[in-house]
Amino acid sequence: MESTVLRIENFGAGFDSNQVLKDINLSIVRNKITAIMGPSGCGKTTLIRCINRMHELIPTARVSGKILLDEENVFDLDPIVVRRKIGMVFQRPNPFPTMSIYDNVAAGYNLNGIRLPKTERDRIVEESLRKAALWDEVKDALHRRGTFLSGGQQQRLCIARALAMNPEILLLDEPTSALDPKSTAHIEELVVSLKHAVTIIQVTHNIPQAARISDYTAFIYLGELVEYGPTEKMFTVPKDKRTEEYLTGKFG
Amino acid sequence: MKRRARDGSLTRRIVFDRLFKVVVAMLAFSTILPMFFILFFIAKNGIPVIDWNFLTRLPAPVGEPGGGIVNAIIGTLMLILIASIIAVPLGIFAGIYLSEYRKSRFAYLSRLSVEIIMGVPSIVIGIIAYIWVVMPARSFSALSGGIALGIMMLPVIVMTTEETLKLIPDSMKEASLALGVPYPRTIMKVILPAGMSGIMTGILLAVARVAGETAPLLFTAFGSPYMAAHILKPVNSLPLMIFNYATSPYPEWHKLAWGASFILLIFVLMLNLAAKLGMKRWKVRF
Repeated sequence: MESTVLRIENFGAGFDSNQVLKDINLSIVRNKITAIMGPSGCGKTTLIRCINRMHELIPTARVSGKILLDEENVFDLDPIVVRRKIGMVFQRPNPFPTMSIYDNVAAGYNLNGIRLPKTERDRIVEESLRKAALWDEVKDALHRRGTFLSGGQQQRLCIARALAMNPEILLLDEPTSALDPKSTAHIEELVVSLKHAVTIIQVTHNIPQAARISDYTAFIYLGELVEYGPTEKMFTVPKDKRTEEYLTGKFG
Repeated sequence: MKRRARDGSLTRRIVFDRLFKVVVAMLAFSTILPMFFILFFIAKNGIPVIDWNFLTRLPAPVGEPGGGIVNAIIGTLMLILIASIIAVPLGIFAGIYLSEYRKSRFAYLSRLSVEIIMGVPSIVIGIIAYIWVVMPARSFSALSGGIALGIMMLPVIVMTTEETLKLIPDSMKEASLALGVPYPRTIMKVILPAGMSGIMTGILLAVARVAGETAPLLFTAFGSPYMAAHILKPVNSLPLMIFNYATSPYPEWHKLAWGASFILLIFVLMLNLAAKLGMKRWKVRF
C-alpha cells in the first residue's frame, strides 16, 4: 500500500520580484526515495527548503500555495515543529565544530534543551550512528571533534544527526556533490537502506544517481514541474520532450 | 658557458635592488629598537624597587622609607572588573546584532557610532563620566572610573565580536535551525561557542587597552592613598599612581613610580600575549 506523506499544492515561491517556482503540484509517497532533478538554478533546492521552512530565513523570501504534511499545512505550523519532523542534510557537511561526535548526534536534543536520561541518549546516539553506517568507524572516538572525520564521514554524521530526531521525512540537498566517488557510493547505499524508516526527498543534478537510488523522480525546469512519476518509467519512456532532452544530456 | 649580462642598466638595477633591501631591513630594525630601550629602561629602574612589601603594603607618607602599591593594584583590578561588567555583555550583544543584521539601517548607524566612540579621545570620555556620574553623586568613585573605562572597552569588544561572528559560515546556523532549534538558542549555543576564541581575544585586548589609561581616571576614580574597596569611593589605579608619583618632587616616590610602571607593563604584556596564544589555542576549525 502506498500512502502520501507530503502533498504540495499549487505551490509557488521566490524572492521579492523573482519568481523561482511556479504552480508545483507533487505528492510524495511514504517510505520511498523521491529524487528531484533539474539543471542548476531551476529551483529544486528552493523547493526542498520550502518543505521544512528554511526558505523563509532569507528576508525577501515569499511563498504561495500549500505544503501538506499528513494533511496539515506546514505554513500553519510552528516552523520549529516542522523542522523537527522534517530533517535536512546540506550540500556541504556541516557538523558543529565545537562539539564531539557524540554531542553532534545528540545536538537536536541538547540544543533544544530536551533532557534525556543518559542511557536513553546513549541508545539514540548509537542507533542513529548505526543507521547512518558510521558506528563501526567512530565507536572508539565518540568524544573526538566531529571535524576530524573525512568529508564522507562528516556527511554521514550529519545524516545521523538528522535521524536522531526521528523525522518523518529526510531532505537531502545534493548530499554527495562535495564528496569523492567512494564516499558518494557509500552515501547512496546508506540512503537506500534508510527508506524503510524514513521518507527521503533528495535533490540531485547527478542523473545516474537519481536513476540508481530513487523510486520516484520529479523533473523541474525553469521553476516548473515538467514531469513526475516512477523513476523507471521516466528514464525509459519520458512523457515530455524536455525531460528526454535533459536525460540524454542535450542541456543542463 | 655562462652568459652574463654586463649591461650597465642591469648592474645598476641589481645594485639598487640590494640597496633597497638593506634600507628596508634597517628601517624595520629601527622600529624594534625603541621597544627594547623602553623595556630595558623600565626593567632597570623598576625591578630593584619590587619586593614583597612593595606589592603588599600601602603607600608610605612622604619622608618614610618603603611603602607599596597594593591599593593601586586592587584599584586597577576593581576598575577593570567594573568596566568589564558593563562592556562585555553590551559589546557581545551589539556585536551579535551587527553580524546578524549586516545590512539594516540601524546596524549601519550603530557601526558608525561604535567607530566614533573608538575615536573619541580618552580625556573626553573622562569628562563625560564626570558629568554623568561624578557630578550627580557629588563624589569621585570607582564606579565612575569603571564606566569611563567601560565606554572605552565597548568599541573594541563590539568590533572583534562582529568580525569573529561574520567569519562563522552560515551553514552552522542552518544546521542548527534545520534541527528545529529556535533562533535565540542557535545564537547562544551554536554561534557564540564557535566564536568564543575571537570574542575572548577581543575582551583581553580591550582590557589591555584600558589598563594603562590615565586621562579618563583623573577626574573619575581620582586616586587615593588608602585602601578603598568601595565602588562609590575614590580608588587608586596603577597609571594614576604613576602619574601622581612621577610628577611629585620626592625621589622615593619616583622610585615607586618606576616599580609601578614595571608592574603595569608586565600586566599589559601578559594580556596581549594571552590574547595571541588564545587566538591560536582555542581556534575552531570549520
